Amino acid sequence: MSNAPKAAIAPPFPGIVGNAIVWIDARFPLVKLYKDQVGEYYAPKNFNIWYYFGALATLILVMQIVTGIFLTMNYKPDAKFAFASVEYIMRDVSWGWLIRYMHSTGASMFFLVVYLHMMRGLMYGSYRKPRELLWVFGCMIYLVLMAEAFFGYLLPWGQMSYWGAQVIINLFAAVPIIGEDLAVWIRGDFSVSDVTLNRFFALHVIALPLVLLGLVAAHLVALHEVGSNNPDGIEINKDIDPKTGTPRDGIPFHPYYTVKDAVGVVVFLAVFSAIVFFAPEMGGYFLEAPNFIQADPLKTPEHIAPVWYFTPFYAMLRAVPSMFGSQFPGVAVMGAATLILFLLPWLDRGKVRSVRYRGPIYKRFLTAFVISFLVLGYLGVVPTTVWGQLPKGLPLIGGGDVATIVARVLTAVYFAFFILMPWYTKVDKEKPEPERVTF
Amino acid sequence: MKTAMKLLLASLSFVAASAFAAGGADVHLDKAPINLRDTASLQRGAKSFINYCLNCHNAQFMRYSHLTQIGLTELQIKENLMFTTDKIGDTMVSSLEPADAKEWLGSVPPDLTLSARVRSPDWLYTYLRGFYRDDTTPSGWNNTVFANVAMPHVLHDLQGSQAMLKSGERRDHAGKMQPIMKLEIDRAGSMSPGEYDRYVADLVNYMTYMAEPSALKRTQLGVLVLFFLVFAFFVTLWLKHEYWKDVK
Repeated sequence: MSNAPKAAIAPPFPGIVGNAIVWIDARFPLVKLYKDQVGEYYAPKNFNIWYYFGALATLILVMQIVTGIFLTMNYKPDAKFAFASVEYIMRDVSWGWLIRYMHSTGASMFFLVVYLHMMRGLMYGSYRKPRELLWVFGCMIYLVLMAEAFFGYLLPWGQMSYWGAQVIINLFAAVPIIGEDLAVWIRGDFSVSDVTLNRFFALHVIALPLVLLGLVAAHLVALHEVGSNNPDGIEINKDIDPKTGTPRDGIPFHPYYTVKDAVGVVVFLAVFSAIVFFAPEMGGYFLEAPNFIQADPLKTPEHIAPVWYFTPFYAMLRAVPSMFGSQFPGVAVMGAATLILFLLPWLDRGKVRSVRYRGPIYKRFLTAFVISFLVLGYLGVVPTTVWGQLPKGLPLIGGGDVATIVARVLTAVYFAFFILMPWYTKVDKEKPEPERVTF
Repeated sequence: MKTAMKLLLASLSFVAASAFAAGGADVHLDKAPINLRDTASLQRGAKSFINYCLNCHNAQFMRYSHLTQIGLTELQIKENLMFTTDKIGDTMVSSLEPADAKEWLGSVPPDLTLSARVRSPDWLYTYLRGFYRDDTTPSGWNNTVFANVAMPHVLHDLQGSQAMLKSGERRDHAGKMQPIMKLEIDRAGSMSPGEYDRYVADLVNYMTYMAEPSALKRTQLGVLVLFFLVFAFFVTLWLKHEYWKDVK
């Protein structure tokens, strides 16, 4: 770092705006930042539809923060007033209903978009060297997002908010030895109460959003350091045009991807608005009917199910039988299912990154993985009796709910995708990668 | 890759379809004829709600002043619909004390502001037409969709009283004969069955409005927003094609 005076840039525009930019740039790396991150950030030209979801996740993050700020202005984090304050927002605050529906729909859409974004990374090997840390930051974002959603879900103080929080916190009580104390420490009380509501409010509106923003920044810095992967899974930086000094298969993010993402944003907003304006409850999956009843610690709802985006893990939890009278094995499996994602970059031994050039074994494992995740998600929504009972006295399994047996098999498939990966990616017959991206 | 995409989409739609199918209830519900644009129906429903329901139930999140949204003036509201308060900004609270309700009825009547969202309009429409005489319950009434409900049939002078009668037999899937039960009016009320259905339809229409007063505005605005987004889609698509012409 030298202290030599920086050469002044030429004004990019005539007039006062251009002069202001020159003034700022002499004191702050404005032009450099813009060029590095946007104007001269070269992205592969062959992005397909799967590459919209990163930008869309950023859009939703901003939307959740802005609508969240406005909700906070009228919401009361108090067990006596919380439910009524949400109804006050829905009825008496100008445009309150719109802000609230945007926030509640945004939560579900955030998960949908993030799941698709992760699927993209999985398919095209975006976690492979040198993008391991980029993937790890992404996994951390996903974990924080789950915590953020869980804390936020308690705030409307409806029946499902209350009992959902009760059930999830009780999972921590299943941890051996320290479990009970841990659960009390999380709640701040012996059951979910006003104290819990207050701390969840603090965590939801400031603590986790700060962590989330920091992680998103780290995710983007890491991305722009190593450059974007693409559907072919080959490095565009290996093929530099000597005349321009830029990748032959790369195009500047702005204007090419800003205009392309604009199309994606409009399509996303159309889907988003269709839900917000015509089906904000989304058939009871985004806003559940029991949550229109104020929390009542004395009345347990008939059927407690978590919100749809947690249900694959919830189905695993229910599928694992308790051992030695403890629910802990199920809790451990559920935790492992999210944490195993972090290891992905080191489990994959394939020579190619993209599913386009992978062999048949990998493709079958990936398909089985996706199906097991989706069906587990469905099973987590419905009671375990949904598919009826097996006949009693079967060899090995000995009967029980069909859905539970299926969930057990699918949980095994979910983990097999990861645990067997070092083996099947190594022995698989891969196809040769192309020299240049297919466009 | 294409087959993988197809598989993914197919399994997605399977999950969505089965998830929505799982929401069905066991009891058959009649379709409530909801029309939030019919202000005359909403006003009739508001009147019935205040005359009957509000004697025991609260609608503690609904302000009287909001009734101007369904075409009533403040003066009309004050003179015809307000019995327990004289402040138009107050919410609808019954004069029945919760402790008294517990003693007289066995449980505190639930707040009704959001009941159309908790139960669904169809449920309310079927429930309010599904009371029948039953000597085995404390109130002497029972209900087809809410078994052994504590609430008596408040509207019986309008509907009359119904009895649950056996109208025939039917073989079930195990081969046993099961009775087919049917509701029949055994004492006429002041309304014909058709009039009573319309009366309940108005009441449920009002309760649906009350559960979400912004619903009508929401869908009206939604149409405009979607029109704008369709327009914006073509503009951004054109812009993208213009810029991407030189990418080879």
